[in-house]
Amino acid sequence: MAGSNPNAKPMNLTLNVWRQPNRSTEGKMVEYKVKDISPEMSFLEMLDVLNEDLLHAGTDPVAFDHDCREGICGSCDLFINGRSHGPEKGTTTCQLHMRKFSDGDTITIEPWRANAFPVNKDLSVDRSAFDRIIQAGGYVSVNTGGVPDGNEIAIPKDIADRAFEAATCIGCGACVAACKNASAMLFVSAKVSQLALLPQGKPERKTRVENMIEQMDKEGFGACSNIGSCAAECPVGISLENIAILNREYISAKATSNNLA
Amino acid sequence: MSWITKTLTSSIGRKIIMSVTGLFLCSFLVIHLVGNLQLFKHDGGAAFNAYSHFMGTNPIIRTIEWVLVLGFGFHIYEAFALTRRNKAARGHGYAQWKAEQNSEWTSRNMGILGTIILIFLIVHLYNFFWRARFAGDLPKMGGVDLETADYDNLYLAVVSSFHIWWYVLLYVAAQISLGYHLWHGFRSGFQTLGLNHRKYMPLIKYAGYVFAVVVSAGFASMPLYFFLFTNERGDVVSNAPAFIQSVASAF
Ligand code: HEM
Ligand code: FES
Repeated sequence: MAGSNPNAKPMNLTLNVWRQPNRSTEGKMVEYKVKDISPEMSFLEMLDVLNEDLLHAGTDPVAFDHDCREGICGSCDLFINGRSHGPEKGTTTCQLHMRKFSDGDTITIEPWRANAFPVNKDLSVDRSAFDRIIQAGGYVSVNTGGVPDGNEIAIPKDIADRAFEAATCIGCGACVAACKNASAMLFVSAKVSQLALLPQGKPERKTRVENMIEQMDKEGFGACSNIGSCAAECPVGISLENIAILNREYISAKATSNNLA
Repeated sequence: MSWITKTLTSSIGRKIIMSVTGLFLCSFLVIHLVGNLQLFKHDGGAAFNAYSHFMGTNPIIRTIEWVLVLGFGFHIYEAFALTRRNKAARGHGYAQWKAEQNSEWTSRNMGILGTIILIFLIVHLYNFFWRARFAGDLPKMGGVDLETADYDNLYLAVVSSFHIWWYVLLYVAAQISLGYHLWHGFRSGFQTLGLNHRKYMPLIKYAGYVFAVVVSAGFASMPLYFFLFTNERGDVVSNAPAFIQSVASAF
């Protein structure tokens, strides 16, 4: 593979980038050329090169979301060539490398598209809908007393592992972006099943799922058609099994909670 | 809104209705297919017509029929309600969209497949169900048996319909759609109900594939058989392949 060779030839690329000045103005795709892109660069570094070129030319640089650039924060959120986080499986945009592309390629870069995620500017979207879903119940209220002893609450290894798998969700929104229905079910299911599996999550178990689903619907996300694009595009591999757990949690909470509203 | 309506109109609630009705309709398909296999019996339609008469007059079946009507009604209603919500969730589409790289075609086109099934259903119900139950313009069986002479000869109606080329085409197209609908729908219905366990999901998935193929091929075989191999009264024509001749004569 060309990319594994540090002396690999630099690439020239054509970029089709969504440009939108602000929330209330309709944007459009704009074509740019970038030259001498090293295959060793990350995708975001390639965009840094583009922005430097744009700044030198006196043009507004392309706004895009990023923070850690290590694949852990979930800030980066680009829809590249028709896929969330681009063509490579199991990676965030910041961990996608230019060696995945070839010299002369045209790359289409768009923001996440969902009514619940309005575009702030260019490729940067507002994902505070996720924050509001978490605020509705995606937490455990702990009484901060003395420090409990380690291992005081016994959790079987396989349960701990499954809860951890769910907890690896970085909230990037790739699931919503890839879903035909712009559904947030994979995200919500990861948060709900993580806490439902653990003893600490049990006291608020029913109200949590009821409130989170209510908020999810209020934000205008679609429903789940079990298509599986979300799990296929998820950079950390959250599985559809979580959505089944979420549905179970929701049905049993609705059937047995004391909440009549 | 009471907690019940709130639950049933939530995104998950609507999907629960979708899956319960969808899986219920799957059970109906089994009964319908097995009953219809009597069309292949070589008795001039006697068994099939007696069965149809029973299904059309037995009070228990007539009661369950209402459950079936409701099953279809809710499934179709929720299909439209969900599709509307899901479409509205993405007002602005993508310039490039490569969903075929991360998911199956059938799962993304349940609405289109369902709509084809719905069109078929209307034609199908009009032609057989409506005419048998309400219009009463079907030929009678006749014959010496006083009890069965007055039965509708639904067999003849079926066989003659299956000699109209566009009718056969509609049936086969609808069964292909149904097959694809179930290819995704069977497994999806279990997943929606939360019945996804790593031990059993592979089994459910492959059972769904088998179910989809067997049911759709089973239904499609009927119009094709009569169109290709029988005359308008249901007798196997003499130039039908020997294989068909020998299978037919075995029943
Ligand atoms: C005998 C006929 C039918 C059977 C056995 C059947 C069965 C099913 C099953 C098992 C599902 C999966 C439910 C789930 O995902 O939880 C499903 C989904 C669906 N069905 Fe049907 N169906 C039938 C007819 C129809 C018709 C007539 C329509 C439409 C007018 C329709 C539209 C849909 C849609 C849109 C979905 C996907 C809903 C979603 O996931 O968002 N179906 N069907
Ligand atoms: S920038 Fe933090 S995950 Fe990509």
